[in-house]
Amino acid sequence: MRRSPGWLGTLPLLAFYAFVFGIPLAALLAGAFTSRGEPTLANVRQSLEGGNLTAMAGSVQVSAVVALSGAVLGTFLAYAVVTSRSTALRNAVLTASGVLANFGGVPLAFFWVATLGNSGVVSGLLGLPSGSLYSFWGLVIVYLYFSVPLMVLVMAPALDGLRPQWREAAANNGATAWHYWRYVALPVLTPALLGGVVLLFGSAFAAYATAAAMGAGTVVPLVTLKIANALTSDVLIGQENVALALSLDMIVIAGLVMLIYLPLQRRTTRWLQ
Amino acid sequence: MAAVTGLEQPLVTAPARPARPRAWRAAVFVIAGLYFLVPLGASLWYTVYTPTTGLSFEPYAELLTAEGFASSLSLSLALALATIALVLLLTLPAMLAVRLFAPGLRPLMEVLCTLPLVVPPITYVAGLSTSLRVGADVLAPTPFWATLIAVQDPGFPVVLVLAYVVLVLPFVYRSLDAGLRTMDVRTLVEAARSLGASWPHVMFRVIIPNLRSALASASFLTLALVFGEFTVSRLLGYQPFAVWIVTISGSRGQVSVAVSILSLLLIWLLLLAVSTAFGREKK
Repeated sequence: MRRSPGWLGTLPLLAFYAFVFGIPLAALLAGAFTSRGEPTLANVRQSLEGGNLTAMAGSVQVSAVVALSGAVLGTFLAYAVVTSRSTALRNAVLTASGVLANFGGVPLAFFWVATLGNSGVVSGLLGLPSGSLYSFWGLVIVYLYFSVPLMVLVMAPALDGLRPQWREAAANNGATAWHYWRYVALPVLTPALLGGVVLLFGSAFAAYATAAAMGAGTVVPLVTLKIANALTSDVLIGQENVALALSLDMIVIAGLVMLIYLPLQRRTTRWLQ
Repeated sequence: MAAVTGLEQPLVTAPARPARPRAWRAAVFVIAGLYFLVPLGASLWYTVYTPTTGLSFEPYAELLTAEGFASSLSLSLALALATIALVLLLTLPAMLAVRLFAPGLRPLMEVLCTLPLVVPPITYVAGLSTSLRVGADVLAPTPFWATLIAVQDPGFPVVLVLAYVVLVLPFVYRSLDAGLRTMDVRTLVEAARSLGASWPHVMFRVIIPNLRSALASASFLTLALVFGEFTVSRLLGYQPFAVWIVTISGSRGQVSVAVSILSLLLIWLLLLAVSTAFGREKK
């Protein structure tokens, strides 16, 4: 008997993958480009106009604001932690970041409802008007709760990799602190920074559970809520294929953003060992 | 090293860095501390205090008797265990086979296992529910129809396990890949085989013990992810833990916040378990 080739071990995973991931993706693609069994571009066109376009724009806006502000705040926090001499503080912040970066979804929503919601503890103290949490900036504040820790986790190793010798060499050559940051540190950190921005954008863009549990859809239009509504409601018959077209738009945007990220990650790892 | 540092000590008594105002750092920590701790404190306060009844820990007791708590919790646990078993059963042999026999397949494997990260869960479930619906129509005259229905049994929805395996695949792949990098798989396997070990023996007595911490971290990450998963189960119409929290939040706001605090605690414990698993490996 011949020995069976060893690569057969990959077959179960590949078969599973084709079946469980490939078929739904194929169904998504097929559904997005057909209507009542006939090929058409109407779904895609419909997914890019009116309320659907508003929702897509809302999602992109929220994600972009969260990604940029989260990146800046997270980098500052990471730098404060990395340069601090207290290891206890450093460990505490990094552990907390690990926990909070994974703390999303439904529980996150209820945390903020209890804090800044209409009957929340802090909104009562501050006398915030009803509905403040359910606005654009309310959603941004909620999303930053996991985005900033995520950025800290991305930036802390990169900032650790900045060698003191680089700063000394720059200073010996007459560079000011500004020169050092602008011409030495920032170029080295750029790939990590951009990678972090992409990661934050992606996670805010894909987030559905938090917004759904908060019930923020009424004020802030989000594409994830739009897709969920079209899939679950019985009223909107025939909207499923538009939901599939919206899904396709989302994947295209997420894919484009990811395409920026992957090559950058390789560059980071080359510089910062 | 200690001796060298001892000799140099008198030279480094002066501060290594120039003394500069560190006020900005204090400000950063204070703002971050407020932003991250206030919601935690407010949520705790929200669960134990109401103006009408005063201080009470009732919501935490109510939790245990709340309708659906036990069933949704046990469903989530069962789903998590099944997902862990299936994802490890699929990925571990595949990754070993690629390393030992088909290194050429490695880039393909890496792309396939990263792809689910690009596809947001909500779009995946849109495709999944469509294919389930279409599949039921297409398969209606064949015996496979019964299988398709059995997979969606509300008592134990196998379809959720399948979907979760896809969602956790990138994390499990990375974790196992990191674990396999720390050992020389080929040499270990060849040594064991040339000493007469059978394949199951190699697997269970050589490979798996060396991968213990990577397997543990993959399992804990999967557990955390499945426990918090809401999108897929909600849109397919099942009620595991995360969906249950939203369901009760309408009538019992305090209980849902109490559960949220407990799930933060659970994530912390799971991460602690992961880091101790990795910490032990390093020694």
